[in-house]
Amino acid sequence: MAADIRKLIIQCDETRKEMGRVVEPPTRRAVAIAVIANPYAARYSDNLDELVAIGEELGALLGQKAVAALGIEPSHVQSYGKAAIVGESGELEHAAAILHPKLGASLRKAVEKGAALIPSAKKRGTLGTAIDVPLGHKDAAAVRSHFDAVEARVSDAPRPNEIVVVVAVTDSGRPLPRIGGLRVSEIAGKDGVR
Amino acid sequence: MIDIRRISTQVEHIYHEFGPRPVRPLVRGAIAAVLTNPFAGRYEPDILPMMKVLDPVGLDMARGLHAAMDVPLENIASYGKGAIVGAAGELEHGALWHVPGGYAMRELLGWQGDRAAYRLGSADGATGHGNALAIVPSTKKVGPPGAALDVPLSNINAAYVRGQFDAFEVRVPGAPAADEIIFVLAMSTGYRVHERVGGLRAEDIAKWDGLR
Repeated sequence: MAADIRKLIIQCDETRKEMGRVVEPPTRRAVAIAVIANPYAARYSDNLDELVAIGEELGALLGQKAVAALGIEPSHVQSYGKAAIVGESGELEHAAAILHPKLGASLRKAVEKGAALIPSAKKRGTLGTAIDVPLGHKDAAAVRSHFDAVEARVSDAPRPNEIVVVVAVTDSGRPLPRIGGLRVSEIAGKDGVR
Repeated sequence: MIDIRRISTQVEHIYHEFGPRPVRPLVRGAIAAVLTNPFAGRYEPDILPMMKVLDPVGLDMARGLHAAMDVPLENIASYGKGAIVGAAGELEHGALWHVPGGYAMRELLGWQGDRAAYRLGSADGATGHGNALAIVPSTKKVGPPGAALDVPLSNINAAYVRGQFDAFEVRVPGAPAADEIIFVLAMSTGYRVHERVGGLRAEDIAKWDGLR
């Protein structure tokens, strides 16, 4: 494995009630986080290929772990998202190299499909920095009930020479969606948008 | 229904990130409106009336943000939106911003689609209709006063322009109070300052379908 992983964190949340109403079935989300050493820390490099390769590995590893945490069939994942926080000795583009060229294809394998763009966020940060990982339906980005985000943070990461990489998956949309828009039942599923 | 207590605008110019300095700085901005949440503290099944009432708020905010950024409109390359709901509200209250916030920025940037279809979420005939064809990416959360939100940014016409995937961290110190909501819009002149991981370029957008 190209990635030098210091820590893996898996978090699951389950919303059973919202504004006093029972949410049945509970909406569930899983976040898988890897804390890795940044091979380009403290130096400017035009070429970021090592991080591109790390992205491909982590898309698979974190995708599989997040799906396993939900205890569902990979194809039953409804929404996904990704994010990264670069430590102080890195630059934002290190996050981009992990997230964008190759991570998506491996994450899509871990959830078996995924025509939609995988929404993302990135930032520079320090130990305990939180990031909001955007979520969207994996078959149709415009499904309005599934626009959401989940906050991820690691209390002791990223150190200056580290990067925190996050993958999130869900088995559901928001707890009490009622603002209209395209519904899951209306997905045509051809263009990844509708 | 709408009582705006505070509007906070942030504009930044990014000259470099310890790499080779580009010719022009990246300009990014976010505008956050803090308003009373009329549904705080109770479950309201029909929250849709507030969506319509927010349309002019969105337009004012989009114009205000553009003015603060002080760049030509044609330089705006990417956008995003978000919401932070106070503790006495529910996540769904933040979802009210999808239509009025998204529509506002897209209209400012020259979108010529069907507004009624947009509200319903049906196909708005995005292909080739003016500008701002792409879904406005978003995040939302329920949070305490001072909560930060990472608002995603992506290209206004083709979400897959890789060099323009970004996010803007926004917070309004002391807000939202438990019975308030913060609605956020963000815009940027586009490419990350040292972008170099390839992918679709804005110059090569060809399908004009909001994706590529």
